[in-house]
Amino acid sequence: MKEISYYPGCSLHGTAGEYDESIRGVSNLLDIRLHELEDWTCCGASSAHSTDEALAIDLAARNLAIAEKSDRDLLIPCVACYSRFKWAEKEFKERPEKIHFTYRGNVPIRYVLDFFCEGPILEEIKKKITKPLTGLKVVCYYGCLTVRPPKMTGIKEYENPQHMDHLMELIGAEPIPWSYKADCCGASLTLTRTDIVRRLSGKLLSMAKETEADCLVTGCPMCHSNLDTRQNELEKEVGENFNLPILYFTELLGLALGHKDTKKWLGHHITDPMKVLGNKGLI
Amino acid sequence: MNSALQTNQNGNSFLLEVAQTSGETIQACYQCQKCSAGCPVAYAMDILPNQVLRHIQYDHREKVLSSNTIWICASCYACSVRCPNNIDIAKIMDILRSLAIRSGIKPGEKEIPLFHSVFLDAIKSKGRMHELSLLIQLKFKTKDFFKDAGLGWKMYRKGKIKLFPSKFGGGREIKEIFNAFEKGERK
Repeated sequence: MKEISYYPGCSLHGTAGEYDESIRGVSNLLDIRLHELEDWTCCGASSAHSTDEALAIDLAARNLAIAEKSDRDLLIPCVACYSRFKWAEKEFKERPEKIHFTYRGNVPIRYVLDFFCEGPILEEIKKKITKPLTGLKVVCYYGCLTVRPPKMTGIKEYENPQHMDHLMELIGAEPIPWSYKADCCGASLTLTRTDIVRRLSGKLLSMAKETEADCLVTGCPMCHSNLDTRQNELEKEVGENFNLPILYFTELLGLALGHKDTKKWLGHHITDPMKVLGNKGLI
Repeated sequence: MNSALQTNQNGNSFLLEVAQTSGETIQACYQCQKCSAGCPVAYAMDILPNQVLRHIQYDHREKVLSSNTIWICASCYACSVRCPNNIDIAKIMDILRSLAIRSGIKPGEKEIPLFHSVFLDAIKSKGRMHELSLLIQLKFKTKDFFKDAGLGWKMYRKGKIKLFPSKFGGGREIKEIFNAFEKGERK
């Protein structure tokens, strides 16, 4: 049994509840035990780093200090949180006086997708597949902060990342190459400049549609929300019919590993994935 | 930081301020425009990212801090990873936003800075973000009660909107972080 600390972050306790549940469900099947960080608080993204650097660093550092009380790695599912934690870690190394908590920079900070794409876990997934996702064409969407900036993420192929594609291949799906893997969806502008999010997310959906993929896969709650929830509005605006299910990679892992709650997780999406998955005989 | 001092003989205060706060060598920008070419939101900006750097070099403080560009930037870091001179432009945008807030100059975007202040108020009081409370607070500030109302209802029916926050966190420590920020004690 692998033990790891877990910082869900605010979205996963709210609109991205199915991402949280699928991470917990899949981890359980893979003998990974998640320890939710006690008394965790918001990392401040994106508002804190847009307002004051010192505030942003301390909001992240407080959580890192809690994580450091155990010797476990820290698993983070939201890329906005992940980026802020990596930023605080870097600041500690360069300017330790910026950190006002007892933190020594000794917590390995792991993004959920990177964690599930590692050798030993891939082996474990391979062993436990009960229903390969044969015939399911997917486009993998990494978004911005999962890969950028590489000095934080450590991802070498940041202009054309491959790790999620390999993971999808492993569970039997067919990842389709496309050029928009790491383009921006508009992120936190969704409540303020919705027009920008519509334009950026609309472009992504159009391009994903052009590849004739059955669904788009992501590991970011913000990208998921922007791409999943606004398809109807976009259809009215640009006259293009999308109806493209947006799935968390952990939900597809749940499907391939035969997790009993997968259907429940998928039931929370605004763009209904049941028909597409049903037609493929996967649900 | 030294390069900023050396290349500017006139004691250029804004350039120095941004260079020192960000730790970035802004003088290295030679206007190749790669940042603006790859910026997904450049079309909505009043001055382009490469122009922001040029204006900083020229000490055009008000022009930069009153631009909508610094608020429109979505922090996607495409510019930063592509800059041939390794200037972390997205990081500079963060610094410019914080300078703009402190400057009292009228921001080039209305709702985005408002959103940030509502968001931070929420974390200050509860330690964690409860999306519905944030949305309600924001709507009271913008007076735009109908925007996304239909979508909100759809999301509620799909079980995506939690009416009540799961738990609050942080307590005294969060208050201390915000007190230090408000007093400007930590730089």
